[in-house]
Amino acid sequence: MTTLHDMSVAELAQALQTKQVSAVEVATAFLARTGGNPHNAFLDIDSEVTLAQAQASDARIAAGTAGALEGVPIAHKDVFVTRDFATTAGSKILSGYRSPFDATVVQKLGSGVNAQVGAGMVTLGKVNCDEFAMGSANENSAYGAVTNPWNTSRVPGGSSGGSAAAVAARLAPAATGTDTGGSIRQPASFCGITGIKPTYGRASRYGMIAYASSLDQAGPMARTAEDCALLLSAMCGADLDRDSTSLNVPAENFSAKLGDSLQGLRIGIPKEFFGDGLAADVRTAIDAALKTLEAQGAKLVPITLPRTELAIPVYYIIAPAEASSNLSRFDGVKFGHRAKDYTDLVSMYKKTRAEGFGEEVKRRIMTGAYVLSHGYYDAYYLQAQKIRRMIADDFQRAFAECDVIAGPVAPTVAWKLGNNASDPLADYLADIFTLPASLAGLPGMSVPVGFGADNMPVGMQLIGNYLQEARLLNVAHQYQLNTDFHNAKPEGV
Amino acid sequence: MTAPKLVQGYEVVIGFETHAQLSTQSKIFSRASVAFGAEPNTQACAVDMALPGTLPVMNIGAVERAIEFGLGVNAHIAERSIFARKNYFYPDLPKGYQISQFEIPVVQGGEVSFFLEVGKETVHKTVRLERAHLEEDAGKSLHEDFIGQSGIDLNRAGTPLLEIVTQPDMRSSEEAVAYAKELHKIVTWIGICDGNMQEGSFRCDANVSVRKPGEPLGTRREIKNLNSFKFMQQAIDYEVRWQIDQIEDGHAIEQATVLFDPDTGETRAMRTKEDAADYRYFPDPDLPPLVIGRDWVERVKSEMAELPRVMAERFVKEYALPEYDATLLTQSKATAAYFEATAKACGQPKLASNWIMGEVSRRLNTGEVTFDNIPVSAAQLGALIARISDNTISNNAARQVFDALWSEGGEVDAIIEAKGLKQMNDTGELEKIIDDVLAANPKNVEEFKAGNAKALNGLVGPIMKASKGKANPAQVNALLMKKLG
Repeated sequence: MTTLHDMSVAELAQALQTKQVSAVEVATAFLARTGGNPHNAFLDIDSEVTLAQAQASDARIAAGTAGALEGVPIAHKDVFVTRDFATTAGSKILSGYRSPFDATVVQKLGSGVNAQVGAGMVTLGKVNCDEFAMGSANENSAYGAVTNPWNTSRVPGGSSGGSAAAVAARLAPAATGTDTGGSIRQPASFCGITGIKPTYGRASRYGMIAYASSLDQAGPMARTAEDCALLLSAMCGADLDRDSTSLNVPAENFSAKLGDSLQGLRIGIPKEFFGDGLAADVRTAIDAALKTLEAQGAKLVPITLPRTELAIPVYYIIAPAEASSNLSRFDGVKFGHRAKDYTDLVSMYKKTRAEGFGEEVKRRIMTGAYVLSHGYYDAYYLQAQKIRRMIADDFQRAFAECDVIAGPVAPTVAWKLGNNASDPLADYLADIFTLPASLAGLPGMSVPVGFGADNMPVGMQLIGNYLQEARLLNVAHQYQLNTDFHNAKPEGV
Repeated sequence: MTAPKLVQGYEVVIGFETHAQLSTQSKIFSRASVAFGAEPNTQACAVDMALPGTLPVMNIGAVERAIEFGLGVNAHIAERSIFARKNYFYPDLPKGYQISQFEIPVVQGGEVSFFLEVGKETVHKTVRLERAHLEEDAGKSLHEDFIGQSGIDLNRAGTPLLEIVTQPDMRSSEEAVAYAKELHKIVTWIGICDGNMQEGSFRCDANVSVRKPGEPLGTRREIKNLNSFKFMQQAIDYEVRWQIDQIEDGHAIEQATVLFDPDTGETRAMRTKEDAADYRYFPDPDLPPLVIGRDWVERVKSEMAELPRVMAERFVKEYALPEYDATLLTQSKATAAYFEATAKACGQPKLASNWIMGEVSRRLNTGEVTFDNIPVSAAQLGALIARISDNTISNNAARQVFDALWSEGGEVDAIIEAKGLKQMNDTGELEKIIDDVLAANPKNVEEFKAGNAKALNGLVGPIMKASKGKANPAQVNALLMKKLG
């Protein structure tokens, strides 16, 4: 048997179901790897809780009532609220906060929602992220930056940087992430792993601390498309009683649809994704991946997504607008941080929020409050909503000519820590290829396709039409059957 | 339309915003109970407390009540309305925003009509509604019991409200109160609100301004939280006088929100326009547009009780009642039901209406009695009216029977018998009395014959007395004319 931490989710599930290994053994092996918190990936670990969950998994396996992924460990991004672990969303303002309930996604991957059987996964702990998921480098966490397992002087991407680093460094076989403007796809790309953001509304947002409600989506991050299919099958499904934006579509078994051949598949290549802003090393890796897909029978179709550049201002109006309102509940009154010395109510609010929020969060709250203000609303927020609809329409025109869209996830490989610290705009611009699908609510994923400068991983983005996650996973899986990039390991792991 | 009543030469302009708490079991966006009076924070769930990760889910029952209201006031029910966030910080507002409806409300337009007494005239008035929208209530700040601190009770947070907004159509405090009473009647009649003003289930804010006739609208001040009809009138009257005094003294009215203090009888400004917050409204991304199909509206309509307006129209048609009677009889479901049962029992709808608006309501107004525990049943009143209309008893006698029924109960015919109130319909007996009276009063007879019609009264009185009130006055008149004619 392969070393436990090198096994995929699929392999671990198989080994657990056939009782080659116990859930407690698996959990113990992974917990051991998290000692010393490599890459600052974890924010909360509680081995007692994890082992208790593993014991419960072992009992269910013994009783024959095991879930689909019973006993396989998973780490949850710290924006998912959990009863058994602290939840901070990477913010000081929620320091030590403990939720009285688990997020729907956590329940579905774990012991289940109400009477419904869950996947039976064991929670290893909570992983680091940019504060309230705002960032592209995981440098905005109140609990310190996360480092990239491929080169610890580099960022892991963000905002699900802890999730990506944990999977890449084999600290967890899988992690949950959330993606508002690329927060699953970009760190997956930077850390050489596979991640998928499903169609907006596929996975319940209940228990996901909201950043930008109309964009936030949960998704899995793992090493392979096959693993992502298993995880996404367990995560998705209508949650109409708790999330009004949940789509009323049944859960799907994505794993059953990985086998289709790519023969005749039309892959749309948006010319706007291959312009001057794309780094040469990334372009080389993407071009090679597209050749591989062609060799597997796919046809490349040139398409255009003419408003790609507009996605940046549109996103950085809508997301901060929603965030400025979503984050109002963090006021020091009911939970989380409250400033010590204040003179009256307003001073309590001001001090609490000034102390509790980091720079980037404050910047977005102010931007958001500004674009929603009387007299500015029409020029900014309303205009952005109009262009958002046009961006979605552009995709529909493109999908008339192709089945999936492929291109880079990010213009460059992971940059050095501290590189963009003084220039938030540089971070914003790096989101250009992931923002359009987010604004349209389309599913998108990142697949490792090689290495660029300084041997840093490069991810290819696949974008599908609404509810076409199965097709994306199918393309990625077929690609991974013919390539080995997803199995590459950072040095020393 | 009558000319508006002026106060010191000024026209008063009033618009209303009313928050009606909808009578659902659970909150508008969560499943927590809305029952009144529980221990603080025992009826606030994770959603109401705005714990991280929670999301709102629309309570369909609240939407149905909004639809019922829209139907009740002849409004347009929007097929697609939008929930918006009203952003502001306050400790009893857990999310830091209130979910409300801003640009596209669920109920659009509509009207409320009522009668009111102006001097000796009865005037029919219609107030146009601008809109009614769904929103959630905030929690409560408890400033007593906590020295140097404030307590927060979130039991009320998330309670469903329908905010009903009028056009500035009212021209006096009397009209304003009559509107509020009519609106109160409508929401309680339909059953979408319990109407309990003490518990805050029906809260009115009045926007008041004054102007010289023909001039554009003056600057308004909003009187908040008028929670009794009595205070409502006092507050508006005070506010009108205050505004006129200000203008007469050369001061401009500044837009403001004011509170009425029942102890001093004065209004006092809470905040002025300068403090007005920018609420940064925007569509709530957690809630999709509220879509109400025609079939849903039709279903709600078919399940609704007959509306007071519709019932009044039916009373006019079916019972040939004047519109005024029909409107008064449909002031409450109980009144209407009592009327219909009485009318059916006696077959004399107009008489039934007269009795209910007269004798019955006089007694209801004086005592602790309501239609729920009224001692005279509709069947008894119907039987009584039947005895009037078949000339068995006079109106006077009927009042005596009614008194007996009210205080002692019993059966109408038995009371008439026992009290000997039956009208003298036997012509022979009556003629004998008349002849006796005529013989005993020759002077009156002479005067009458000489052309003094009033002299007849001096004859009718003694005849009625001699008959112990049992004579039928109409019959007495007829016989007298025959004998003297």
